[in-house]
Amino acid sequence: MEWLSYLSFTGGGWGDELLRGLGVTLALAAASLPVGLALGLAVAALGLCRRALWRGLAASFSTTIRGLPELLTLFIIYHGVGLALNSLLKWLSPGATPVELSPFLAGVIALGLVFAGYSSEVWRGAWQSLDRGQLEAAQAIGVRRLTIFRLIELPQLLRLALPGLGNLWISLIKDTALVSVIALNDLMRMANVAVGVTKKPFLFFAVVCLVYWAICLLCEWGLARLEQRANRGFEREGRAA
Amino acid sequence: MIDILERFSGQLLSGAGLTLQITLIASLLAFCLSLPLALLRRSPSAAWRWPVRLYVSFFRGTPLLAQLFLVYYGSGQFRVPLTEAGLWWFFRDPYYCALLTFVLNSTAYQVEILRGGLRAVPSGQIEAGIALGLRKLELYRRIILPNAYRIAFPALGNELILLLKGSAVVSVITVLDVMGQTRRAFSQTFDLSVYFWAAVLYLLMTTIFVLLWRRLERCLTRHLHCRSAQPGKRRGLFTRLSTGVAP
Amino acid sequence: MNKTLRSLILAAAAILPTTAVLASEGQSLRIATEGAYPPFNFFTADGQLGGFDIEIGRALCAQMKANCEFVAQDWDGIIPALLADKYDLIIASMFITEERKQKVAFTEPYQKSAMTFVVPKDSDLKDFSPKGLAGKTIGAQGSTTQGDYLSAMFPDSDVRLYPTQDAVNLDLASGRLDAQVGDMIPMLEWTQKSEDGACCVLAGAPISEAKYVGEGVGIALRKEDAALREQLNQALAAIIADGTYKAINDKYFSVNLLTLQK
Repeated sequence: MEWLSYLSFTGGGWGDELLRGLGVTLALAAASLPVGLALGLAVAALGLCRRALWRGLAASFSTTIRGLPELLTLFIIYHGVGLALNSLLKWLSPGATPVELSPFLAGVIALGLVFAGYSSEVWRGAWQSLDRGQLEAAQAIGVRRLTIFRLIELPQLLRLALPGLGNLWISLIKDTALVSVIALNDLMRMANVAVGVTKKPFLFFAVVCLVYWAICLLCEWGLARLEQRANRGFEREGRAA
Repeated sequence: MIDILERFSGQLLSGAGLTLQITLIASLLAFCLSLPLALLRRSPSAAWRWPVRLYVSFFRGTPLLAQLFLVYYGSGQFRVPLTEAGLWWFFRDPYYCALLTFVLNSTAYQVEILRGGLRAVPSGQIEAGIALGLRKLELYRRIILPNAYRIAFPALGNELILLLKGSAVVSVITVLDVMGQTRRAFSQTFDLSVYFWAAVLYLLMTTIFVLLWRRLERCLTRHLHCRSAQPGKRRGLFTRLSTGVAP
Repeated sequence: MNKTLRSLILAAAAILPTTAVLASEGQSLRIATEGAYPPFNFFTADGQLGGFDIEIGRALCAQMKANCEFVAQDWDGIIPALLADKYDLIIASMFITEERKQKVAFTEPYQKSAMTFVVPKDSDLKDFSPKGLAGKTIGAQGSTTQGDYLSAMFPDSDVRLYPTQDAVNLDLASGRLDAQVGDMIPMLEWTQKSEDGACCVLAGAPISEAKYVGEGVGIALRKEDAALREQLNQALAAIIADGTYKAINDKYFSVNLLTLQK
């Protein structure tokens, strides 16, 4: 039972630090989600444009993001964007004070981009499976384009895209672990710090794995409930009753 | 930018070799392991099903980085028993630790993909096989498995790409793959173009892989494309692979 | 939970321009350290930064009447992040080398520097020349002088570079490495004072080639902050003169870091 003392929440135990790390992990995932969802939807909309230029832009964005290791994307954002931003700022106004990109913000941008790259494909697939007749009917009775999107397309998109987005959310939670490599004090990094002090790698990494596992199982359960709710009024195959 | 490429191209290419090597070996081993496990996963007995289910759920529900640390640094804590069991030479090497982790991880994903493939085999075909009096082994060999693998093929390709990209985490345990070489070069020069070239290299690897996989897929599903195949001279495997569709 | 809150606030604050570093009284300074390099800088069991570097930093800040905040940063990115204005100083036992001086400025040294080989106690390695170590597995922390030394001098050995010193120590203790090269003082501390370091001993002659170990250990800052550098040098001289330095030194080490003598 000696190992339990390493995980206690008081004094010399690492339980409270790990819990704090978990908070950072969840905050990071939660902050990246809206960025990724919105950006992904925008890229998907761009990919369905008539202009070939926009379509090409959208396609190359999602291909590039999906072809790069998440770790590399993260390094590029963390080391690159900070420098680029500051040189841009200096170029615009030489006397400007420099800005800084915290590991947290770099993580949000990188994970948001990754989520956007993958989710744009999910959004696009959902969009293409919408019933064209509904859109035409709405246009025929003179509903404005934005209203059509808000009242007819978006609610159905959300239902159709939910399973795909759910899987991406779970990947996102797991990808947050990578941010530990750029010194954000998330769950993974706190475990590393604890190992450095206690020299008990197996214990701490096993605990961390179990915590991630528990979160993922919890999310899977919640997503299943959400899908059930979104699909009420539909048959199991998802076709209209 | 070009001077960085000139200075580090050798290292980056040797890194790419290592990345491809780890990915291919791990995915091949996982490919072999996934079939028996997927069959167990569909077993009617819960005692067989549940261990596989737990294993798959664990490796799909935890970050690859955490798994790698658990295997690499975790095993260091058990040096004495591992030495006594004659296994320490294996765990001593970061390359083998990474390989083990990737095999375990990829097997879990492939089991899940294959399970979906097995479930999607049209029941009419299986029934037809039974009606013809095929034995269980024949049934699997001639009807169920070819169908299941064809259905699972695109998803298996995606999993391979995920593994290729995921393998970048080995740089954290001192293996010098593309990412490891890149980080080493960056720490020497602090020049961001190193990351640019690494990105180009990864994109090249994934793009070539996607194109190859599509070719292979067309080749595997050629019976669905050309209904009126002309009887002609037999072509070698290579020609068939490189043209995709047998004319 | 307050670290979560702080990172959220930091994330929000990161969007706003931070104030430039002005050499004036009551200035606020952000200081980076690594946090994985005991006894110089490390995390205590309650998750706080502590160690020789941290205390020297605090003493300098007190001398300069500045408000200081320490942040932990991975070693690999510690210089790029300084150049990207993520913080103003690095106090992390960094050797002053020619290559680093091309990127950043250094204060006067606050420690003398040397490196050493460390091997497991049962090791029979005697010859630490490139020839003697051919085919052996040697480790060091990456992006460090010892890492550069190994990469340059031992092409025939299996050189492994780790993200942190803790990770090197862990792998030397578990027997994955035949030897490692580390900074003299932390290696001395690790092998003599820590439980896990008892596995290993210092070996070979100290490595003190100036090409690799440089002129000593300094505080790194951006080249344009020349006034700040001057202030730090004065503060450093002051805490050495008034005995503050010695008090901190003796709290952690049995040797004097400025001379490497008892």
